[in-house]
Amino acid sequence: MMGINPVLLLVLVICAFLCLYRIGRGPTAPDRTVGIDVLGTVIVSFTALMGLYTGADWFLSIALAWALLSFIGAIALAKYLEGRAYDE
Amino acid sequence: MNETIGMVLIGIGVAFNLVGCIGLVRLPDVYNRLQAATKCVTLGTCLVLVGVAIAAGWAATPLAIKALVCAFFIALTVPVGAHALARGAYRSGVKLCEGSVVDEYGDSPTMARFRGENAETRPEEQRETLQEHADAKA
Repeated sequence: MMGINPVLLLVLVICAFLCLYRIGRGPTAPDRTVGIDVLGTVIVSFTALMGLYTGADWFLSIALAWALLSFIGAIALAKYLEGRAYDE
Repeated sequence: MNETIGMVLIGIGVAFNLVGCIGLVRLPDVYNRLQAATKCVTLGTCLVLVGVAIAAGWAATPLAIKALVCAFFIALTVPVGAHALARGAYRSGVKLCEGSVVDEYGDSPTMARFRGENAETRPEEQRETLQEHADAKA
């Protein structure tokens, strides 16, 4: 619909790969969890840009649902981390 | 006009996302990464969503309204999630990086209680409450 520069989408894909690097490489479990959280947020903005690019509003529905699930996942992972032994 | 404003906002937002993700890769420990990545990416995504809403305009009302709701929701939830993650990371025993100068949470009575140290480290008020409980039992 709009004249979005596809370079913006490419930059967001690069962001996603940087997050994937942190998820794969991260020395501790919380590092990976932070990577997952940030990856979810980057995907939300990518999906919103795709919605503007194609003009289909269901992309924004996907973004909304993804934001919800990402938040719930982050809270669940945080509680899981907290429950681990302190003397690790 | 609207489209130009929206595109500028989207451009700024994507730049913030990129900077946040570079910080996620480059910084030394979990807390620095969390702070750089989460703040930058929250602002960047909010700007992208507001830019999408402005660029779409009233010609595409469902898209614009969903984008605004999504921006509001992201601005509310991502900082809460980051706070919970930092707490979970600290309590799972991740150390601060080498150059850190202050660790107020680690010195606080809350963490002392979490580590199971003795009652002397607890704040005055709670010690009194415990004493009252002991008296009531006796």
